[in-house]
Amino acid sequence: MSYLAHNTQFVPTGFRKILYLNWPVIMLLMAVASAGFVMLYSVAGGSAQPWMEPQIKRFILGVVLMIGVGMVPIWFWRNMAGLAFAVSLALLVGVELFGSVGMGAQRWIDLGFIRLQPSELTKITLVMFLAAYYDWLPTNKTSHPVWVALPVIFILVPTALVLKQPDLGTALLLLFGGGAVMFLAGVHWAYFATVIGAGVGAVYAVFVSRGTTWQLLKDYQFRRIDTFLDPANDPLGAGYHITQAKIALGSGGWTGRGFMQGTQSRLNFLPEKHTDFIFTTLAEEFGFVGAFSLLALYVLIIVFCVASAMNNKDRFAALLTMGIAMTFFLFFSVNMAMVTGLAPVVGVPLPLVSYGGSAMLVLMVAFGLVQSAHVHKPR
Amino acid sequence: MTKTHIDPKASPRITRRGMILGGAQLTVVGALGLRMHKMQIDEADTFRTMAEENRISMQLIAPPRGRILDRFGAVLADNRPTYQVTIVRERAGDAQKVLAHVQMILGLSDDNLRQILEEMAERSSFVPITVAKDITWDELSQISINAPALPGVSADVVLQRVYPFGTDFAHIVGYVGRANAQDVEDNDGNNALLAMPGFHIGKISVEKAEEASLRGTAGRLSVEVNAAGRVMRSLDQVPPVSGADLQLTIDHHLQNFTLARLAGQSAAAVVIDVQNGDLLACASAPTFDPNLFVDGISSKDYNALRDDPYRPLSDKVVQGAYPPGSVLKMSLALAALEGAQVSPDETVYCPGFVEIGGRRFHCWKRGGHGRINLRGALRESCDVFFYEAARRVGIDNLHAMSARLGLGERPDLPLSGIASGLNPSREWKMQRYGKEWLIGDTINASIGQGFVLATPMQLAIMAARIASGKNVTPRLFKPQIASDLPGFTDMGLAPASLALVHAGMTDVVNAARGTAKSSRIVAEGQTMAGKTGSSQVFSITAAERAAGVRSQADLPWDRRDHALFTAFAPIAQPRIAVSVLVEHGGGGSLAAAPIARDLVLFHLNGGLPPVEAYPADQRGRMQTSLDELSASILPIDRHAQKERT
Repeated sequence: MSYLAHNTQFVPTGFRKILYLNWPVIMLLMAVASAGFVMLYSVAGGSAQPWMEPQIKRFILGVVLMIGVGMVPIWFWRNMAGLAFAVSLALLVGVELFGSVGMGAQRWIDLGFIRLQPSELTKITLVMFLAAYYDWLPTNKTSHPVWVALPVIFILVPTALVLKQPDLGTALLLLFGGGAVMFLAGVHWAYFATVIGAGVGAVYAVFVSRGTTWQLLKDYQFRRIDTFLDPANDPLGAGYHITQAKIALGSGGWTGRGFMQGTQSRLNFLPEKHTDFIFTTLAEEFGFVGAFSLLALYVLIIVFCVASAMNNKDRFAALLTMGIAMTFFLFFSVNMAMVTGLAPVVGVPLPLVSYGGSAMLVLMVAFGLVQSAHVHKPR
Repeated sequence: MTKTHIDPKASPRITRRGMILGGAQLTVVGALGLRMHKMQIDEADTFRTMAEENRISMQLIAPPRGRILDRFGAVLADNRPTYQVTIVRERAGDAQKVLAHVQMILGLSDDNLRQILEEMAERSSFVPITVAKDITWDELSQISINAPALPGVSADVVLQRVYPFGTDFAHIVGYVGRANAQDVEDNDGNNALLAMPGFHIGKISVEKAEEASLRGTAGRLSVEVNAAGRVMRSLDQVPPVSGADLQLTIDHHLQNFTLARLAGQSAAAVVIDVQNGDLLACASAPTFDPNLFVDGISSKDYNALRDDPYRPLSDKVVQGAYPPGSVLKMSLALAALEGAQVSPDETVYCPGFVEIGGRRFHCWKRGGHGRINLRGALRESCDVFFYEAARRVGIDNLHAMSARLGLGERPDLPLSGIASGLNPSREWKMQRYGKEWLIGDTINASIGQGFVLATPMQLAIMAARIASGKNVTPRLFKPQIASDLPGFTDMGLAPASLALVHAGMTDVVNAARGTAKSSRIVAEGQTMAGKTGSSQVFSITAAERAAGVRSQADLPWDRRDHALFTAFAPIAQPRIAVSVLVEHGGGGSLAAAPIARDLVLFHLNGGLPPVEAYPADQRGRMQTSLDELSASILPIDRHAQKERT
């Protein structure tokens, strides 16, 4: 019996796989999604319409999808990684050419039952593809410049396409998510140090140049950056939203103002209260206890994913699980930093809580991959 | 490709890097947790307050303004409920159609309608827009009847300031108007009430001076609003506290009579109670209708008032400073008697002029008065006598006595633009002109010419102080407690000095050779003492004299002398003092004294006097004049009669 056969013979088969799913993660996802249902009910003024009911339906569909994906062997997904990435790139280009324009920027492809945002899909397929790449690449070549340049291009192409939409939030997620997989795969730290150093240096140079003869940006560009970094400069525009969000969050106190008692959201002071800013409503109505509990649920999901990855001797599976966990982490942390005023508003929804179809389904498929990796790990 | 790719060396690396990444993630999560803690626990109160401020909008409820009453309780400034029509766009549906309907009912002009539509387009759809103000009862009924066809249209009551006596109290009560930017700044800059559309504040005189007590306290309606500013529900209401009513010392009948008596002239008259300083009448003619100003006066009306040569907008009682002329001789007489520079029996020879410092000063009587004493000099207003008295008394003593009588001092009254007049002194001339005081200045001052200026109000105060010998100060507000005699201190003048001046003033009106003998009162207990004054505005030039101009009547109006008269009555027990000024009236005895006489009689009789109060030879003429006056004044009401008896 080969080593390989030994490692795969204990992989469960058929419906027995259900017993081997990562049930703690499923429970946690359900808990988080339920919090979302409650908040969507609240921001609708105590009504299941127009947001909670569709969200529940989509979540159920998502759970089915997740389990379905989870039952399929991980090696199938590894083989599909290249194709998936190619398809999502093609879709990205497709929306660039034929996509509908909505909300000023977002572009999607209408699949009939769902409007698919290729950028959402790309977040997962990129991680999947990079994991497969490093699984394929012999370890001793990981830090070779050519083999480093290649994944950098894989990351930058979709990032550039998404930036062009423009969707800064997704672009950042792609950049950091892809970077995280490279880091986990063991690319020499010097590359990261160089990139971070160069980035910091460039930003520093741009800011230092301001007002000097060799100014690198135009004045109006600087002013845009000012508003972006400090929305208070634009109190009636971007600043209004973030100020109202902070008021909602801060006025929650320890235990909040009570379910459906949040004045900020009920009286429409909050912008995008069912999507990007839903966390502020939760914090307003359930206070620090509620907000911190949700944060803890998210952290637990990450912890279980990381634990699963570390116990997985399959390189692709481990990298994929870690990459998806990292993407998920970026999702909620950027959203929370944004609504608490720690980061500029870039338009990232709160995963599984914000109202939104394709984001949730894509995330559930991603967790399906995590489940597949968990179920099919070599024992 | 193998089914699984196991790399024993790679896994630990993933583990180690995973730990690093996990650590970074924990740091971020920690930062987020701390941030939430800081905002939700440490700064919760601040944010909670901000949320409340967001949520709750205070709507002010304007308080009814305090009324202004006369001494008998007649209402001089009132609040009249008026109906105004407003429209709320979002409730109107087809606003244009509804407005067309309203236009038909109220007869609005097309211009008007366009303005309303423009305003509507600028404001939020839930803000009420005023369509018409002060509509009649009939129009209101029409709007009400048609209410089902007029969605979004409503008629509300607003209080509008109204002055029932029209022109009579324009200068005293003043008027209210819309608060402008300057007013808002003067009122601490942040008084939201002033910014309310349609809110009025006092602009001049009592309305302005007593703004704080008249205004009252705004009520508040706390409403919950949503982000768009729409009212969701009302939370709390604090009713407004209306402003305090103010009672003036003015007798509205006397005031009305005074203005009727001054009609047709540019003149001012004051009647003051010498015992308590109550201002009973305080009239400047011509006057204007303050009601015109309440909702903004039209520029046509305003220009007419502004360009009138009789200056109706100016309150001549306190704003006009005139040379007092011979009226000042009382001050000089008192100064001379108190300083013993002139004894009561001493006589001075008046040949019609006197040479002082190489300059000839004329008496008004070219032929001279012959030998004359102080009492006679007052009676006949002999200038030469007072030139001599002034030479002895000196400007310092004259200045001091005039100051004691209230000249040169701005009276403390709630009126607008009060002038201080001018009581000249050596120091003043040095400061003003950088020149020494000359004897000629003293001589000019002795007959109330030269630098001396006084307002009719100051002359009334002077007359009241001479009449009572007390430091009378005027007041315009009636104290609300019964014992309302203010403790005026004694001026400290010798009774003999006062008695002699009183005697001189009595002679002016009542003696055969008195300058105002034609204005004497013969009714018992109502006799009047006074002093005439005529102050030169221009000298009659040599050219005019050559052209045959001999008297004031031959001169154009604005070159004639001002006519003045100050008086007190009754002589035995003075109750009131009167000062009258007629701009360019010619001589005080002809133009001013008869007015003072009529004011005294009207006050002492509580209305028009019986014709028997006048000397027998005047009764025929006076009867006609009384009949004319009775047609132009308010009928006396029982209420006022009761107070007088």
